[in-house]
Amino acid sequence: MKNIVEIKDLTKKYFNKVALNSISLNIEQGKVVGILGPNGSGKTTLIKILTGLLRQTSGDVIIDGQSIGVYTKSVVSYLPDRNFLYKWMRIDDAMKLYKDFYSDFDEKKFNELLDFMKLEKNMKIDALSKGMHEKLNLSLVLARNAKLYILDEPIAGVDPVARDQILDAIINNYNEKSSMLITTHLVRDMESILDEVVFLKEGSIVLTGNAEALREERGKQIDDIYKEVFGE
Amino acid sequence: MEFSENLPIYIQIMNLIKGKMVSGEISGGDKLPSVRELSKELKVNPNTIQRAYQELEREELVFTQRGMGTFATEDINTIKTLKKTMATELVDRFFIDMGKLGFSSDEVKSLILDWIQREERE
Repeated sequence: MKNIVEIKDLTKKYFNKVALNSISLNIEQGKVVGILGPNGSGKTTLIKILTGLLRQTSGDVIIDGQSIGVYTKSVVSYLPDRNFLYKWMRIDDAMKLYKDFYSDFDEKKFNELLDFMKLEKNMKIDALSKGMHEKLNLSLVLARNAKLYILDEPIAGVDPVARDQILDAIINNYNEKSSMLITTHLVRDMESILDEVVFLKEGSIVLTGNAEALREERGKQIDDIYKEVFGE
Repeated sequence: MEFSENLPIYIQIMNLIKGKMVSGEISGGDKLPSVRELSKELKVNPNTIQRAYQELEREELVFTQRGMGTFATEDINTIKTLKKTMATELVDRFFIDMGKLGFSSDEVKSLILDWIQREERE
């Protein structure tokens, strides 16, 4: 199987603080990979390097055969963990912005996602609840026909109904041609949609593997393994 | 569905389907939901559902027809065997748990007889 992402000996230092310590990781096409770790473990730093927002101190990062740059940015669809739309916008404006920016934006797919999320195009961004924000942002991100989807904490802080809709949208939009990388510390809610898990602790990968194989090997759900790895 | 047992999810899904086959909720020859449908319904990665179906096929409980989907076996004997196996597992677990509570086989036997008598009266 082809790798969409290849990371080798990746290190990132902020001055003398090490945020990522020589991590290596491959993501195969068609896989959903969960990056699990508490706050401050390096998840967001890793994502920022993959999306080209930060440069690594050393190591190689390849996405779809290329180093991080204009091409990789065009095939990576990224859901940040905070709002990135202007307050004055309506959902319709946000869609136009995405259409202008990304040639792989699929308007039909977006409309279907909006329908599914029960959002209307004339709604003002300003007036959306936290859950609605998250649903809109995810709709924009999933409406692109990307090679790699990066979802940073997609269900953090949303109510259980919105959470289920978000999980459904992620599953419905799974396809064998692209990969997904999802960071979360809400392992219980997310684990059944993950193929592979990567436990990140203080900038290092402490455990990684196929989620089902880990469950089988340890006789525990990933959530319990998480508590074991990160609980003191 | 909550996957809380300490088993891989694909095995929990297999058990769910096996249970439905034994209870008759799924009859011989019935078409099972597609991988995508079941994936949506259970909120589980499609690759995991695929794995569950493959294992069920290996156990000859289901069969795949190319382009048509996955179907429950029509072989009555296979279902009978499955029913027996699942029942035996339940009984085994019951006796182990009762043993842990300190019940002897005779005590368990009288408990079961009491239970049956009560059922019959009602």
